[in-house]
Amino acid sequence: MSSIRSNPEGLSVLDRPNSYIGKTVPRPNLDRLLQGRGCYVSDIELPRMAHVVFVRSPHAHAKIVSIDAAAARQMPGVNAIVTGKELAAVITPWVGVLSHLKGLKSAPQSAIAVDRVCWQGEAVAAVVATSRAAAEDAAECVAVEYQALEAVTDMRTALDPATPVIHASLGDNLAFERILDAGAVDQAFAGSDAVVEAEFVFGRHTGVTLEPRSVVADWNAAEARLTIYQGTQAPHMVQNIAALHLGLWEQQVRVVCKDVGGSFGIKVHIYADEMATYALTKLLRRPIKFVADRVESFNTDIHARDHRCKGKIGVNRDGIITAFEIDDLTGIGPYSMYPRTSAIEANQVVNLVGGPYTCKNYRARARVVFQNKNVMCQYRAVGHPIACSVTEGLVDLAAMKIGMDPVEIRRRNLIADDAYPCASPSGLRFEQLSHHASLAKIVEMMNYQALRAEQAELRKRGVHRGIGVASFIEVTNPSAAFYGVGGAKISSQDGVAVRLDAQGSVICQTSITEQGQGSESLTAQIVGSALGVSMDRVRVILGDTDATPYGGGTWASRGAGIGGEAALQATKILRRNILDVAAAILQSAPAELDIVDNAVVSAGDGAPRIDLSELARIVYFRPDTLPPGIQPELMATRHFVPREYPFAFTNGVQAASVEVDIDTGFVKLLKHWVVEDCGTIVNPQLVDEQIRGGVVQGLGAALFEKCVYDEKGQLTNANMADYLVPMSGEMPDIDVGHVVSPTRESELGAKGAGEAGAAGAAAAVTNAVNDALKPFGTTITEIPLTPQVILTALGRI
Amino acid sequence: MKASAFAYARATSVANALELLAVHGEKARVLSGGQSLIPAMNLRLVAPDLIVDIGELAELRGIAVRGETLVIGALTRHADLLKSSDIVKCAPLLAAAVAHIAHPAIRNRGTIGGSLAQADPASELPACMLALGASIVVRGPGGEQRMAAEDFFTGIYETRLAAQDLLVAVELPLARRGSAHFFQEFARRHGDYAIVGLAAQAALQGEGFADLRLGYFSVGDKPVLAKAASKLAGVAITPALLAEASDALSHELDPHGDQQATPAMRRHLAKVLLARCVASLLNRPDLHIGGVS
Repeated sequence: MSSIRSNPEGLSVLDRPNSYIGKTVPRPNLDRLLQGRGCYVSDIELPRMAHVVFVRSPHAHAKIVSIDAAAARQMPGVNAIVTGKELAAVITPWVGVLSHLKGLKSAPQSAIAVDRVCWQGEAVAAVVATSRAAAEDAAECVAVEYQALEAVTDMRTALDPATPVIHASLGDNLAFERILDAGAVDQAFAGSDAVVEAEFVFGRHTGVTLEPRSVVADWNAAEARLTIYQGTQAPHMVQNIAALHLGLWEQQVRVVCKDVGGSFGIKVHIYADEMATYALTKLLRRPIKFVADRVESFNTDIHARDHRCKGKIGVNRDGIITAFEIDDLTGIGPYSMYPRTSAIEANQVVNLVGGPYTCKNYRARARVVFQNKNVMCQYRAVGHPIACSVTEGLVDLAAMKIGMDPVEIRRRNLIADDAYPCASPSGLRFEQLSHHASLAKIVEMMNYQALRAEQAELRKRGVHRGIGVASFIEVTNPSAAFYGVGGAKISSQDGVAVRLDAQGSVICQTSITEQGQGSESLTAQIVGSALGVSMDRVRVILGDTDATPYGGGTWASRGAGIGGEAALQATKILRRNILDVAAAILQSAPAELDIVDNAVVSAGDGAPRIDLSELARIVYFRPDTLPPGIQPELMATRHFVPREYPFAFTNGVQAASVEVDIDTGFVKLLKHWVVEDCGTIVNPQLVDEQIRGGVVQGLGAALFEKCVYDEKGQLTNANMADYLVPMSGEMPDIDVGHVVSPTRESELGAKGAGEAGAAGAAAAVTNAVNDALKPFGTTITEIPLTPQVILTALGRI
Repeated sequence: MKASAFAYARATSVANALELLAVHGEKARVLSGGQSLIPAMNLRLVAPDLIVDIGELAELRGIAVRGETLVIGALTRHADLLKSSDIVKCAPLLAAAVAHIAHPAIRNRGTIGGSLAQADPASELPACMLALGASIVVRGPGGEQRMAAEDFFTGIYETRLAAQDLLVAVELPLARRGSAHFFQEFARRHGDYAIVGLAAQAALQGEGFADLRLGYFSVGDKPVLAKAASKLAGVAITPALLAEASDALSHELDPHGDQQATPAMRRHLAKVLLARCVASLLNRPDLHIGGVS
């Protein structure tokens, strides 16, 4: 694998002799994690702690007739068995809606089901015992009588009058609908040389984090304080929600997020079983641990991407795209997820389709329906893979129809690199994108012409290779426009506090969180660079609502762009404050001084003047020796949120080379390329691996991953043998290149990189497979592209 | 995902293991490599009262050539099969097959006896036993007996092993001069259970086969020694003949459907494997295409 990038240009305050910006440096937490000294929620043991196991519904939709826990209560080690009704005494239900998603509706959801279960896996009772094993033993003895109700499973018939309404109070099964009509779509189609239509089908899948969702909740009745240890992406959001529904002030709730074994958006939501755990500790007055097992994870971690999207594209013979139209349908389970809602994914699909292109005629409808399956919500690259697969699938179909090369049709339609700022037909504002530079770069990286020649040669010998390309845009650095404006208490700003300690080292508290993507490292790199200290002198503290400034956390590709900028601005203040003190001590002027390698030096010749450790000693222990009137402030705090643009859009392009065995339907991934533009790159290796990780998740969607439900709403492959996650053996080399267009909204210039890989990988692979199948006159618009799907399309079975 | 409570006994000898099994019968399960049993227990799909751990019985471990027979102890791990020069020399089909069993961590613990006793219809080794004409050596209350592999596997996770029996070894005829093998399986990911697989052992003669044994797996409730192979032995192989054998195979198999493949797809893939097997063993690329209709 290789990584290719152009060097970013001058970086203002960060472009310093000892800058860590743009350098691959080892992450500070590496040794700890590699030595097995990480601390995950499962590692936490508290005195008197009990374990909760949930009795879960085997039915997709049923009335709870009775729960008999008498025998289970007699089992060894059992502390309590709690039903939904009993738990309702300490926790209120919630409704997952946001006001800016007009018309979005959902029903009240309880921590543990009361009277009725709405998906297979919903908790009906909590069994609390001295160990997980004891709780599992007792859970087997809880007798629940159900009366099965008809389950709504097929999203295509969810709105039919004959289909039962899941929540009678809502009137129907439609959670949300959005309609968009921009330009003159009908006129454009009528005037097009060709119009192509297709229906794109996406398999429902999930995130499969290595570490399952886990919580230890500890209510200290004496302090009237709840401490929640949880692997979450958004500690302050959890604090807000827990307080709200348990009737506490937020200051009564502390959320501690230590090490997290992967999140991918799975751990940014509020889950019923986690809420139940918070409530149980309050009810039972002892620490309670909940660690989801793998089967529970498949049945309750949010699913995503269950969409059927009809698409239509108009094109002229010269390759100019005249119009896009989509009609998207998605099923989200029985409740809109809390508090981010389950309408965001479909909303994103409407926003993003056609996004890379100049075409202004665009019509879209998205409908979000309820069904009796596990809840669906935001997972890495929310909506992007759907929008990208639909758009890029349509563009390839259009190219095929008029006999144009897929790269050429994109060249003729992508927004020009000098056309910014501009807006998409759905109203997205783009500050600066680089579609053409990115496309040119990937064509060079993959040696496109040579690949095409090789493909033609091999085809003569019965070897069927395909090449697929997919351009994309990516939502990063979200402002309050994502959730805040809709009424959710999810902060879009982040804060960083930096202080010089008494030995001249730096303590940095940040509100962004670390789930493996390197937040800790990028923060230390920025602080070290901006201040002039070495990274080993920077300690980053994150994931504790008692110890960090208030902020959003790490999701939607916001860590570097928002948290990084806050770190930069806080450090600049600290630097100024240090130089003020140094100038007073040295009888110099701040402008004549600089900080390099942990010491104050002369700005002119770099001559050492005073070590930061000596400066700190004077400030903290001999302030009596400072000139009168000097009050050093060796701690500084700054917050940041983008204000001008709702989102910092990034862009990129992916390409895939595949070989299809037409006898077996198996697809071999030969090579994958990505060029993306996330603005300033703080740590190239972390960015590249973000991209590669995202690509692998996208390849999983393309070929392997699918939650298979039967017609009764039973998830039939809730285990690691039957649900196929992508494994390294099947993954191709992934070459990553970059174009760098820093955002001018911040001094750092960083945009996000977390979604790019997942956004376009499946589209590139699907286009490549269809390119390989071209001689057979068949096109597949369904993922995952299983051997069964491909052999069926080829008419072999 | 915690197993329900169970008693545990570490057998000190084969005789001791047999005593324990005689006493506890159906309520006991033998723990060998544990790669199927332990996950099933953690998922509470099985809940034995007693685990009889035979892991310390060194007498059941090892690979030896005795005269014209290759003897493999039941506790021999997949990783040991992969490394053994005796296996490469005397039963190279096994070496080829074992590389497809799961992943190194599982191969380091899983055993041949455990795999055969588990009798998962999608696993590689039972089909290899059919192709190689193995004898399964079983000890029970009545002493030791040998069962032909073809009779041993009776259904999904079912064999002729009784609850009181212990599978102690397998015996294989040594590969002879002129013998050849073919192993291929179609799995979504390397290490997964196959959608369809074929373990084939042949005796080559001139341009054709003196004998051909086709052990299919993941084509039904147990591994299948395909009778269609008989059409290809002792005759000159033509594309037409291969197509005829392919048809016969299709009629002979009664594959199951699951999330990976419909019965029709399994039939199709079995035919693809037949063509690829014959083309590969005879070095006849022309048959590679010709056999698939």
